[in-house]
Amino acid sequence: MTTAALAVSDTPDGRRVLALSGRLDATTLRQLWDDAHRALAEAPTRPVTVDAAGIEYCDGAGIALLVDLVAHPRAAPVEVTNLRPDHDVLFRQFDPERLEHDLDPEPKRAPVVEEIGRTAAGIWRDIRNQVEFIGEMVAALGSAIIRPADVRWRDVWRICERVGADGLPIVALISFLLGLILAFQSAVPMRRFGAEIFVADLVGIAMVRELGPLMTAILLAGRTGAAFAAEIGTMHVNQEVDALTTMGLDPVRFLVVPRIIAALLMTPLLTLFAMLVGLAGGALTMQSFAIPLVTFLKEVDSAVTPTDFMAGFVKSFVFAITIAGVGCLRGLETAAGASAVGDSTTRAVVSGIILLVVIDGIFAVIYFVLDI
Amino acid sequence: MATVEPVIRVENLTAGYDETVILRGLNFVVNPGEVFVILGGSGCGKSTLLKHMISLHPPLEGRVLINGRDITAADGDERREIMRGFGVMYQSGALFGSMTLLENVRLALEEYTDLPVAAMDLIARMKLELVGLDAFTGHLPSEISGGMQKRAAIARAMALDPGILFLDEPSAGLDPITSAELDALIRRLQRTLGVTFVVVTHELASIFAIADRVIMLDKRTQGILAEGDPKVLRDTSDNPWVRQFFRREAELAETPA
Repeated sequence: MTTAALAVSDTPDGRRVLALSGRLDATTLRQLWDDAHRALAEAPTRPVTVDAAGIEYCDGAGIALLVDLVAHPRAAPVEVTNLRPDHDVLFRQFDPERLEHDLDPEPKRAPVVEEIGRTAAGIWRDIRNQVEFIGEMVAALGSAIIRPADVRWRDVWRICERVGADGLPIVALISFLLGLILAFQSAVPMRRFGAEIFVADLVGIAMVRELGPLMTAILLAGRTGAAFAAEIGTMHVNQEVDALTTMGLDPVRFLVVPRIIAALLMTPLLTLFAMLVGLAGGALTMQSFAIPLVTFLKEVDSAVTPTDFMAGFVKSFVFAITIAGVGCLRGLETAAGASAVGDSTTRAVVSGIILLVVIDGIFAVIYFVLDI
Repeated sequence: MATVEPVIRVENLTAGYDETVILRGLNFVVNPGEVFVILGGSGCGKSTLLKHMISLHPPLEGRVLINGRDITAADGDERREIMRGFGVMYQSGALFGSMTLLENVRLALEEYTDLPVAAMDLIARMKLELVGLDAFTGHLPSEISGGMQKRAAIARAMALDPGILFLDEPSAGLDPITSAELDALIRRLQRTLGVTFVVVTHELASIFAIADRVIMLDKRTQGILAEGDPKVLRDTSDNPWVRQFFRREAELAETPA
């Protein structure tokens, strides 16, 4: 017999008998569990005997049923009889009274006001941490400028390779496609006015002033910022950051400065590359609109001024510090636990991209005011 | 007992995080050249105490003096100076994953000395030899076993020849033989170099093998339950919890107060 069965009967002296039989395990109990409780509920005032004589096999789930039947609050008592000795040992391990109460209930949700307060305090702490970090970072960068010999240049070159050389293909691909698409999308409507030549102006100014720097920065936030956060976060979880601290080595100088220097060196280079490749994408599209390369280049040359170029190029330095700084900060903030590194990485990318867009907006305003 | 100046003096230390107090009002000293063991059941705050002693966390109250100087109040260069007086081996080893063993050990030398590279290499190699890892200097931490990582971490902690070594659970996660080898290493270093060891552990075998003196922490009172020579405590303590701990009778130790 591989199933469990329940037979309910009432004795003349007013007692209800629940005879359990068969195999009581997690797979056979589904129906029985409800039936047994219903049998109890139908006769709330009768004393109940659970006759376990027919049980052939009983695992933890079966014992749980017995415990539950005994522990269920009701007017008349429930007793278990004829339990086989080996099952009885299992059954007696548990105190039904104790199991009825949740000894360690999950904390109740705090009132909304408290939640708001805690969240606000958390945001405030976050801001303070960030200001503190920016301070430490600036101080460490300052002392790196004063004493360049103290910078771990070997780490800088290693990180440069990962940020710059390894990031080049994706930056090139995205910028090329961006230039291509931008040119195509604008050339189609502009051809109706015979103005496709001005697509070169559009692609040139857009790539150099805005899209080259911003797209590169966003790609790096996803690639490099996340990598920094994960790397430093893992070091934090492995107590490597603690080890640095107790060796008297400042984690900011040791971990953050090389990364910021590497980002500062590589981001502008990648940005330059993105601008050029974006223009190449635009040029390719324009070929198909019967505008030769020379004409395209001449038009770009007349439309894009050195000021435009500088406006875009300067931004890339600020973006570099933002990406590396946010990545490192999130890494250092990593809490304990398996999901912590994942959280820091996510936070690095999300807050990195938000900051980039905000900073880009600020630059737009400044350039507008300065009439650049 | 002769009056020796203790190397570590913990005064009225209340340890914890934010609002949670884990240990309250601790007072004890560690004498030079001894192996001092902090022991207690899981979750009683052994590692927390260690973190406070090496100033990774500011104490809620009280202070810790290392070689007579208050590390809890020190800042900047002074703090770094005090920290040079000790080395720490973390529970996981915490070796820098991107560096070889030699580079790990050499790091502190690079940062603190002007020695020529060849000299730093030699010193690092010697430290690794002390822990029996001179044949693995070019390996990355991920390429060696857990026991070797801990030994390498001890070598790294000894790079600048500190007078005190803090070891956090040296035998955690090691098989009994490897763990016994580590105990023998600790004993040997203490004997030959005169280093003071502060060891956090709950391994009974380890405690009897290495400890000159122990303090036993207690979760219930958040304080020190007993202090002294472990063998004496085992044989003569009239505190039931202490006796139970040393005799490994889980029953009583698990029963809530």
